[in-house]
Amino acid sequence: MNPHSDRSWAGGAGTLAAPSASPGALPGLPSTGVPAGSFRGRGFGERLGATEREDAWWAQPLAQAIGLGLLGLYATWAAFQGNHYEFGNYLSPFYSPLFKPSWWPISPAILILWAPLGFRATCYYYRKAYYRAFFGDPAACAVGEIKSKGYCGELKFPFVLQNLHRYFMYLALVILVILWYDVIRSFAFAQPNGGFRIGIGGGTLALLFNTTLLSLYTFSCHSLRHLVGGKLDCFSCVAAGGPRLKAWSAVSVLNGHHMGFAWWSLFSVCFADLYVRLCSMGVIHDGVIYLSSLFDTAGGTGL
Amino acid sequence: MTQTMVESRPGTATAQAPAGEGQARSREAVLRVFRGDASGGSEVEYRVPVAPGMVVLDAIHWIQAHRAPDLAVRWNCKAAKCGSCSAEVNGKPSLMCKTRLDHFAQDRTISVRPMKTFPIIKDLVTDVSWNYEVNKRIPPFKPRPGADWRWQQSDVDRVQEFRKCIECFLCQDVCHVLRTHELKHQFAGPRFFVRIAGLEMHPMDGEDRSGFLKDHAGIGLCNITKCCTEVCPESITITDNAIIPLKERVVDWFYDPLRMVWRKLTGR
Amino acid sequence: MEKYETHEHDVLVIGAGGAGLRATIEAAHQGVSVGLVCKSLLGKAHTVMAEGGVAAALAHVDPQDGWETHFRDTMKGGSFLNHWRMAQIHAQESPDRVRELEHWGALFDRTQDGRILQRAFGGHTWKRLAHVGDRTGLEMIRTLQDQVVHLGVPVYMECTITRLFTEGGRIAGAMAYWRESGRFVVFRAKAVVIATGGVGKSYKVTSNSWEYSGDGQTLAYEAGAELIDLEFVQFHPTGMVWPPGVMGLLVTEGVRGEGGILRNAKGERFMWKYLPEARRHEYAVDEDEARRWVEAAVENRQTDDKRPPELSTRDNVARAIYTEVREGRGTPHGGAYLDISYLPAERVQRKLPSMYHQFMELADVDITQQPMEVGPTMHYMMGGIRVDPDTASSTVPGLYAAGEAAAGLHGANRLGGNSLSDLLVFGRRAGLSAAQYAKALASNPRLDEREIEREAGETLAPFERTSGESPYDVHRDLQTCMDRHVGIFRVQEDLELGLKTLATLKERARKVRVEGTRLYNPGWHLARDLANMITVSEGITRGALLRKESRGAHSRLDHPSMDPALGKVNFCVSRAGEEMKVAATPLPEMPAELRYLFEMAKEKVG
Repeated sequence: MNPHSDRSWAGGAGTLAAPSASPGALPGLPSTGVPAGSFRGRGFGERLGATEREDAWWAQPLAQAIGLGLLGLYATWAAFQGNHYEFGNYLSPFYSPLFKPSWWPISPAILILWAPLGFRATCYYYRKAYYRAFFGDPAACAVGEIKSKGYCGELKFPFVLQNLHRYFMYLALVILVILWYDVIRSFAFAQPNGGFRIGIGGGTLALLFNTTLLSLYTFSCHSLRHLVGGKLDCFSCVAAGGPRLKAWSAVSVLNGHHMGFAWWSLFSVCFADLYVRLCSMGVIHDGVIYLSSLFDTAGGTGL
Repeated sequence: MTQTMVESRPGTATAQAPAGEGQARSREAVLRVFRGDASGGSEVEYRVPVAPGMVVLDAIHWIQAHRAPDLAVRWNCKAAKCGSCSAEVNGKPSLMCKTRLDHFAQDRTISVRPMKTFPIIKDLVTDVSWNYEVNKRIPPFKPRPGADWRWQQSDVDRVQEFRKCIECFLCQDVCHVLRTHELKHQFAGPRFFVRIAGLEMHPMDGEDRSGFLKDHAGIGLCNITKCCTEVCPESITITDNAIIPLKERVVDWFYDPLRMVWRKLTGR
Repeated sequence: MEKYETHEHDVLVIGAGGAGLRATIEAAHQGVSVGLVCKSLLGKAHTVMAEGGVAAALAHVDPQDGWETHFRDTMKGGSFLNHWRMAQIHAQESPDRVRELEHWGALFDRTQDGRILQRAFGGHTWKRLAHVGDRTGLEMIRTLQDQVVHLGVPVYMECTITRLFTEGGRIAGAMAYWRESGRFVVFRAKAVVIATGGVGKSYKVTSNSWEYSGDGQTLAYEAGAELIDLEFVQFHPTGMVWPPGVMGLLVTEGVRGEGGILRNAKGERFMWKYLPEARRHEYAVDEDEARRWVEAAVENRQTDDKRPPELSTRDNVARAIYTEVREGRGTPHGGAYLDISYLPAERVQRKLPSMYHQFMELADVDITQQPMEVGPTMHYMMGGIRVDPDTASSTVPGLYAAGEAAAGLHGANRLGGNSLSDLLVFGRRAGLSAAQYAKALASNPRLDEREIEREAGETLAPFERTSGESPYDVHRDLQTCMDRHVGIFRVQEDLELGLKTLATLKERARKVRVEGTRLYNPGWHLARDLANMITVSEGITRGALLRKESRGAHSRLDHPSMDPALGKVNFCVSRAGEEMKVAATPLPEMPAELRYLFEMAKEKVG
């Protein structure tokens, strides 16, 4: 049942008339039923910089633009390299799961990276960050805009695709499983004479740290919060309400830190790639502490 | 409508010492207050003696009592419970009754201007009637069939947050969709997403407002830049707790392709 | 005269707080045309300030509760000066009114079995106050407001009524101006419901907002209605005392309901000293028992322990704090310490969130760590328009009153939580009766054009004057006069002096001058409200002079005990030409079956 065709709000609204298209509203766009332009305030059409704020309102969007810009540039560059993404039992998270068909002409990262990229691009936090930092829409609160005309929010292509965030979240969950597999693999160091030894290397820590942060980022997702229980109105009225309340509450707690996880996991994923890359290029030397043999001294050479 | 430009002038009050005289005794704050109406206006400077714990609204009242009896301002409770005294203090949307003077540097002039999103009536008073027009159109609470009126505190903790709203309209003021883009004919604004969230997530409510949210409240126009949450004097996490969950409910009905196919197949 | 707009309604409701909204809903349900007028924006009325809860004998937490006990508590709290019938209706109907609110979407806090939770409050035998944290009033006003909005009732916001018109002694309409434009509006109405609240702004230290200027009482008085019990002014024991800007701001009784302890500067828990002998058995005997009671309340379980002495009635606690301060045991800013910091911080923040923020932001006090400083603040008028208990009609045909503007329910002192239930119970009855009266009225009353013109002239007069005082100055002096002479403790000479001062203030108010234009001009608005405040203040003072006893909220230092003879009369204020007339009118006798309720509980009536 489409709620739109069955809304009884007009009936509930007593003597009030149903909202009709308001004069001045474009067809196909929403309408509050209030005439366009009849309640215009002083802020209408203000351009960037037209603000009465006296603090350094530009500092935060600037910092965000620099941060997102640099990390974004590095990630793009690294993804297009198509080399130095593996080092022994370490695999760069940009290239995981590694899928390298012979017909694919460029870096294998491009085949899989769209999924985590899509997850981040449609993320409710990153949306805020880049709308502010790159689109200036608005750059900061109570500040004018770069483009003050023709705003249509997330109603039209491409921004309407933001609504598919939950599908990217599903993919992110799948990738997360693979990344945890990578973490486990990063503990197992192949020995020259065959067989494995369990150990912890610098790369192990980088991957573990990164995958933990990516997990926190993914499990604090707003869409996940909705799906595990947020969509319910009354937990005590439905089957399995108790566990769903617990799940929703747990995701809600994580969700309160979504912004932090978004930033830290972005740093960590770039760092993990950089670490593997530098090891593979021979620029740095990976140290390993072996755990599987009591007689082996610490600081043995890794692969 | 005549323009009511008022310069700082001696009041008929007993405490009509010219500005500056009291400086020796106590600290003074300098306020630049917008005076004017729909036809225009300008900022007028007032020097106000400062008492401990004083808020901007106290200063405005002092100006009314001693300098400008016709200075227009809305206020009621003076305790951040009614949401009447909304204005922009140094360009930031704030409740005047909650903005302490001692939070500003002593030598800084404090500017007080009316909310920018709404048309000016006079001085610090703006025409907020648009909000009441939009409110009328929101589908009201409708108990779901068989509601037994029993629920747990944990069911309502979430909704009670939304019902803390004091309708100060600061979120509406700061929201760029209303403020800069002037889409009041297409967009209900954060205040009403909070209100709709309070109704939608009510444990006994049986109404579905997702169609209303999409086609009449214009929730798709919100680009979740969270300024509403930043200014809320009741610390309601408007964006994360009200708007985004509502957006997700709209996705359930209108944007989730698998769900749409599922509904077609099952007829639900 | 200039053009004015005219609106016609069967019922005109003045005031959009709880009572006005509830009256509007009921009248609209009767199918008559209703208009709602309010001085502020819709939803800003004083009801939003109500924190603690709404008293209703739902018996969800304490199953022993019932309307009989609620009735008894109300009568005892009011020192038996209440109209017994109002107290009876109130106690019987409030549970239904609360449930009805819930069915309209209000979300009260819950018990463990999922029903409406109730908390303890001063003077209530059992845990009785349905609440939503400490913002019950906000929840109530939003729920009622949404009902009104969706009934399609026109709401005239920021519109001040200045006069009621009568024709042949019955209500014919009202005159108003738009605060925004200063333009005049005339309402034709068969019936008017007054729900305008009290007169707090006559006092300097008050928990009330600017709106509380005695408009309704004065409108009714001018129209010929009787006012009673005006001398009973409730001082809420716990208002903020520091910083100066927020002096008088309310600290909810919920703090004490949750276990807040009052101490003086020497650290003594002084409330035990001030418990009236007759009621002492209702309270804990020592700190241990009081603590056990709080623990039980926190854990949400039944207990046989008695409640802490801080939960005595408001008049009593207010006098106790005042006395402690006067005798030199006050805190640095002249109050008492109210301490809730011994409870877990998490609970304080959850049960008293707005108090937590209020002190944190306005006074730099963290109530989970430090005690609050509190002192008495003018809070509520028990007196007001005399109404018939069943119909809420005043002595003027077609004029109804409910809520704080009406009198009778609370007698000499109101119990906390009884005003929110009062709004609902009598708001509904006023709306119902007004609608029925309007329906039954054969002919539409006519308005007299000359009266409209005269009223317009009077309202605009302050603009005409070339000399005169600022209304702000007169207002300040009025507040000083009332604080000083007609405050929490009263004596003959003070009251006489107050009356004299009020006479001069009345003259001064007649001559105030306002500057600027009619466009949203607060100075002009105040000039108009000032007259109302002075009228009601005069009534308060005259009643206080005549009531030569101490009863409930009215404390005469020169007559410290109750006079049984005065316990049988209300002082009734009415207009005789330009003069204010005060007469003692007999209090209706309680019927035997209700007296029996007290005899059963072995309590003395009167």
